Amino acid sequence: MISLKELAQPHRIVMMVLFALFVLWCAISLRWDWIPKYAPLALEGLWTTIWILAVSTFLGFLLAIPLGLTQAIGPWYLSVPARTFCTIIRGTPLLLQIWLLYYGLGSLFPQFPWIRSSELWPYLRQAWPYAVTALTLSYAGYEGEVMRGAFSSVAKGQLEAAKSFGMPRFTMFRRIWLPQAIGNVLPTLGGETILQLKATPLVATITVVEIYSVSSRVRSDTFIVYEPLLLLALVYMVIAGLIGLAFKRFENRLPDRS
Amino acid sequence: MTGLLEILGLGASAELLSLSGWGGNLLRGLANSLQIAFGAFGLGLVIGLFGAYGKLYGGKVTRDLLAIYTTVIRAVPELVLILILYYVGSDIINQISEAMGGGRVEINGVAAGIWVLGVVQGAYATEVLRGAIQAVPTGQIEAAKSYGMPAIMIMRRVTIPAMMSFAVPGLANLWLIATKDTALLAVVGFNELTLETRQAASSTRAYFTFFLAAGFLYLMVTLCSGAVFARIEKWARRGQPSLKEGSA
Repeated sequence: MISLKELAQPHRIVMMVLFALFVLWCAISLRWDWIPKYAPLALEGLWTTIWILAVSTFLGFLLAIPLGLTQAIGPWYLSVPARTFCTIIRGTPLLLQIWLLYYGLGSLFPQFPWIRSSELWPYLRQAWPYAVTALTLSYAGYEGEVMRGAFSSVAKGQLEAAKSFGMPRFTMFRRIWLPQAIGNVLPTLGGETILQLKATPLVATITVVEIYSVSSRVRSDTFIVYEPLLLLALVYMVIAGLIGLAFKRFENRLPDRS
Repeated sequence: MTGLLEILGLGASAELLSLSGWGGNLLRGLANSLQIAFGAFGLGLVIGLFGAYGKLYGGKVTRDLLAIYTTVIRAVPELVLILILYYVGSDIINQISEAMGGGRVEINGVAAGIWVLGVVQGAYATEVLRGAIQAVPTGQIEAAKSYGMPAIMIMRRVTIPAMMSFAVPGLANLWLIATKDTALLAVVGFNELTLETRQAASSTRAYFTFFLAAGFLYLMVTLCSGAVFARIEKWARRGQPSLKEGSA
């Protein structure tokens, strides 16, 4: 973090004053009268963005653990499919994956009467299950690769010590291997989570109403271009900053081993 | 060949994907995508090189401005940046053209895509190149300085060749990001591979065929670039001790 003394250098004070003037100019001469009308929708959109982000990172991470583990130590019949999955996910654009799931599966499902009559059908007709699935798989693909490195970087002696104490394999994994692997890659995970945040606006293209699509609607309803986009950029920067801070706190809680 | 496809039940798909059918559109989209990716990657490299030098050797103000540039670009979603830069770019061009007495200008999609993605790539390239330049042993640059080499010549003969091996893995990643980010231009209505695919898919209702075909094309680009960058990295590391053998 930047200390107060560093901030108080002359050129930085000038820059901050200029920035404050810019903000003031934005507040006075740009149009903000649309905000009260769209505020409830925007809050709803913000909430959608956040829960989609949280659910897809959580589920994606759960998937990434077996993907990473099988690539690190698994037999070939598990590691080859895992590696193929990661390569495909990382080698194609997320937008294409989202559209493949939404338009592809979405046009395939109605052809089966037993799916239409099942209890899942009301959900499968909406857009968000496809959005969450696509984002989850994407996060899992990128994280699987990260976790592969993380699992193989844990010191062998740690695992041997655990084994020599007669620890069962699952306990060893839960208490020693996984925590150390996650601890090693926490900074990377933080970066990847911010990347995931930046991927969420893509789900607006399949009619999920999140914060980005609210700004698009303001633009198309009122023909105001810059104001909603600037505000949107600000919202994303704040969320990214909060994610960064949260991961910093996680990292600080870990004992320093250097 | 056709007989084999018929047996596999893929005859209809093959017909849809034939070059005279929608396959041609897909390939045109791919060409557009690659053109933009090349342009954006190049522009990003130029911005990144200046940015890295500015961050390392620039004055206080330059450094702070560059820090703001890289932080903001990396915290805001590409899709939002693309829209902002697209509108800003077209507004500026139109105002210039009106000031010069011309009418509104229709903006070339490829140029707009290159400008937008190039600015985004520049922020990431700045960080990659800055790290790589820092990894060059200072003794080498000092030796060049002590021979009285001018700054540009040091950059051309010492810094850039020496930093290549550190920069190539990061740049390879950036190139892959560039190829995948071209898909985002579909949202602003530019006819690159992903949008062509969606148009083909929605007019023929063969969603899986086209999306899988496009995915295959993207994957081929990724895999081929991986091979090319592996060779470039090997070339950039020539003369350096191999890391694998652990000799130093």
